[in-house]
Amino acid sequence: MIDFDLLARYGPRMLEGLVVTIQLVAVSIVLGGILAFPVALARIARWRVVRWIAFGYVYFFRGTPLLAQVFLVYYGAGQFRAELESVGVGWFFRDAFNCAAFTFTLNTAAYQAEILRGAILSVPAGQTEAALSMGMRMPAIYYKVILPQAYIVALRPLGNEIILMIKGSAIASVITVFDLMGATRLAFARSFDFQVYLWAAVLYLVIVETLRRVWDRLEQRLTRHLKMAN
Amino acid sequence: MTDLFKLLEFGPEGWGDEIAAGAWLTIRLAVATVPFGLIIGFLVALARNSDNRPLQIAGNTFTTIFRGLPELLTLFIIYYGGQILLQKLVGLFTDTYVEVNSFVAGMVALGLVFAAFSGEVFLSALRAVSKGQREGGLALGLTRFQTLWLIVFPQLWRYALPGIANLWLVLLKDTSLVSVIALNDLLRMTNVVVGATKEPFFFYAVACAIYLLFSIISSFGITWIERRSARGEAKTA
Repeated sequence: MIDFDLLARYGPRMLEGLVVTIQLVAVSIVLGGILAFPVALARIARWRVVRWIAFGYVYFFRGTPLLAQVFLVYYGAGQFRAELESVGVGWFFRDAFNCAAFTFTLNTAAYQAEILRGAILSVPAGQTEAALSMGMRMPAIYYKVILPQAYIVALRPLGNEIILMIKGSAIASVITVFDLMGATRLAFARSFDFQVYLWAAVLYLVIVETLRRVWDRLEQRLTRHLKMAN
Repeated sequence: MTDLFKLLEFGPEGWGDEIAAGAWLTIRLAVATVPFGLIIGFLVALARNSDNRPLQIAGNTFTTIFRGLPELLTLFIIYYGGQILLQKLVGLFTDTYVEVNSFVAGMVALGLVFAAFSGEVFLSALRAVSKGQREGGLALGLTRFQTLWLIVFPQLWRYALPGIANLWLVLLKDTSLVSVIALNDLLRMTNVVVGATKEPFFFYAVACAIYLLFSIISSFGITWIERRSARGEAKTA
């Protein structure tokens, strides 16, 4: 059933691709998570203009296909090469991996910002009021009171977002990034053997299922103080 | 800037008609996928909700696979795998070369993904309709199918609607993936136009704007359907 010659020839390259996929997702999720925080705050800010800008950002990235966004950045950057060179970031956008990571970061930041916004709003206002009356300042209130409670609410949707990102990262292969999907497409183009796609399918399923289970455990552990005693 | 917008004109000089043709295919593909995905998704939910162990396992496996695979990979597996399968089937009878229609391949792949996610929505909706409703139907002498169709389904629909509406918005965006298997949807037509005009930023931005427009229109439609489906509920204040 399994063609071992084929496995010996393309297996290592697919595993390298898997590493690229994991790097791509890890970079995007972490940087996107950092960016999501100011965006979420801007979504609930007091100034209307700030709220609108953040809303526009989130609406654009959630309302258009990731593939179109990737094209916009990758080919769009090619068009503005001279301008990008002049501000010293031309080298960054010349690499397909960077373009993919950049787009994915902006994309996941929009999704994570919405998750975070909902979670922050779910923390009762009384918590903030109590902290204020104790003389705490806003940054400290966010750090010590609101965010620890918000992230517990956000935990499950964040896990889903990571899974969506793992699946979405396959799109990077379209702009010549050799992630797992890219390495698989190359192997198929050279061997014309369909089973390489099935190997890739198994690898993706293993990552997604593993992450889902690890995340369930994590959630169990982080919410153990919220469980009823009996 | 005015030159750029001139490129969007319809007719032989402008590219508006090409982009419109792509947008039209995107709509047709999304609309064709929904019934297919909904029916399979509903069957999957019924299987997972049944008392039959093998059916449950089959339903769960289907869901795990098509929820966990990247949509792009599903598309390739259906497109290339379907090609090989079809060729083998036809090869039993004649030597003619057959080609899988990429529209059908896209529809099947997106439909399977849609089915896996809508199955989840239907399952929780099935569980939200109380068991007494079904028992009542059976006690009245309705067959199992009649109970499902006349009693459970109308109630289930209302619970499932918000989830299905979300999946529609996701589907609209996922249709863009078929551009990779050379189906002339909005994004692929944009690629073609970019190839000819060398204006990637402008035309991809236009494509994004059209996708945004589709989701804005959809949101209005969804609000309308949700209001309509809730009209049977008593408005108590």
